[in-house]
Amino acid sequence: MITNATDLPVLKPFRLFSPLPACGERSPRVARRVRGIFHWRRATESPPHPDPLPASGERESAPPLTTTHAWLLIAALVLAVGIGQAAAAPAAPSVLATLIKWTPLLAQGFALNIAMSFLAMGIGTALGFALGLALISLHRPVRGVAWFLTEFFRNAPWLVLLFYCMLLLPFELRIGDTIIPLPGWMKSTLGLSLAVMANVAELVRGAVNSIPFGQWEASEALAFTRMQTLRMVILPQCIKRMTPPWMNLYAILTVGTPLTSVVGVSEAMTLTGDILAAENRSELLVPMYLYLLLWFFLYCYPIARFTVSLERRFQVR
Amino acid sequence: MINFTPLWDWFRTLHESTGVNLTIFYDPFDRARFFHGFLTSLRLMALCLVASVVIGVVGAWIQRSRVALLRALTQGYVQFFRNTPPLVQLYFFYFALGSYLKLTSPTGLPVPAVSNFTWAAIGLSLYAGAFNIEIFRAGIEAVPRETIEAAEALGYSRLKAYVYIILPLAFRISLPALNNNLVNLVKTTTIAYAIAVPEMLYVANQIWSDELNVPEMMNVLLIIYVSLVGLLVLIMGRWERAMRVPGYSPS
Repeated sequence: MITNATDLPVLKPFRLFSPLPACGERSPRVARRVRGIFHWRRATESPPHPDPLPASGERESAPPLTTTHAWLLIAALVLAVGIGQAAAAPAAPSVLATLIKWTPLLAQGFALNIAMSFLAMGIGTALGFALGLALISLHRPVRGVAWFLTEFFRNAPWLVLLFYCMLLLPFELRIGDTIIPLPGWMKSTLGLSLAVMANVAELVRGAVNSIPFGQWEASEALAFTRMQTLRMVILPQCIKRMTPPWMNLYAILTVGTPLTSVVGVSEAMTLTGDILAAENRSELLVPMYLYLLLWFFLYCYPIARFTVSLERRFQVR
Repeated sequence: MINFTPLWDWFRTLHESTGVNLTIFYDPFDRARFFHGFLTSLRLMALCLVASVVIGVVGAWIQRSRVALLRALTQGYVQFFRNTPPLVQLYFFYFALGSYLKLTSPTGLPVPAVSNFTWAAIGLSLYAGAFNIEIFRAGIEAVPRETIEAAEALGYSRLKAYVYIILPLAFRISLPALNNNLVNLVKTTTIAYAIAVPEMLYVANQIWSDELNVPEMMNVLLIIYVSLVGLLVLIMGRWERAMRVPGYSPS
């Protein structure tokens, strides 16, 4: 492709469909469509120039998802509440009243979910950035170790990683005289951030490789060192490219946080189970679980929409 | 038939000499149940892989339907399953929906009409299927308009054109994205643990509860899963390269 050879503004028209000039990629139109679909690119592409970013135009031509869908979802909940209500014993308080009664507790649990997702994303991004830079290191051993770590943590199921951290980390850390307690949610956050780390590393590597090689050469011609080139030329451009897939990863992490309930963290899912046990009314089961699903949907769906719009905005450039 | 006894005995001596207690090798009972768990995991993975691809193909077909309601319903399904936690979906299926589907056993006790393994297969297939629909839809959109028109000109009906022309091309185009999703599906099958499907993680949990060899079992689990998924990635990568449409993908 001509457009990859250089980044001259003259060639802009040719790059109409190729906002991310990937070197020697598939046809831009296809790349844009195929690439966009899944959040996590796997490193199965050829090593020198792997498919850069899982960015772009994913749902742009999808049938528009309107507010109708949100209404449908709410209607489903109302229906479930109604059915539950009809099935309920006359003396019991209404299903809706029960849902409202437990909402503050559920909100508390959900807040923990969000907190864990923020923390895991923060730690995972910091570690992943370092790992991603190690992936593109010039030293072969460093690259090898980084590659191994990335592949290992990307291939390990999240739940297994959670168990690993939960059962094998101590419940407190002793550094000199200070004792740092490690509660369950902290340990599982660490487990989640390991998975995030590997995925972010892969994102960083993909983004750096997606920058046209001419930029490296230009910086070299301007006597930038490798570190300077990375810091001042390459990475600033990467950040923009990485944002949409990074947000996708965040959405996936957020829907992954209920996994911690399996290892005993009392987040929204665990609390839902507790609530159901406390109420012990079978007609509550469907409404309660739907209610919890709705919470997650209302949090994640806007993020997904925002990601799509971000992708589209970055694409036009 | 190879005689494995010396190997098993070696693991026993390993335990006696170093304290690394791998009961799944030298204890026949643990070995049997771990192997069974491994097979259950494989069965679940295979079932979900096939079912989710079928859902993807059919769903992508429906998304091209001329009935707006059908399209909207599919889109709703896709967005709902993509944006909610798979674990909660699974709980919803197993505990909430499962509570309505009860049969009465000969002993008079209610038994679930759908087993937890089946629920796990259904739930995970629906979850991965939602992603697959999006993947195939994008693949179909990448099929050149002219190809479809050519098929129409040759007298293909909508369905026939889909089956013989569009789908094979779309499948090859969307294979890289599909592979990503299928690999993630294989990793996600571990959540079947939560509804007590006796797959590998669940059995491993039982074993470390009985034998108190948590670190060993954790490492065994991690190694098995990483190599299983690694193998899948390798095979899929090869397949991906073999199925690449010339001119559509990197050389």
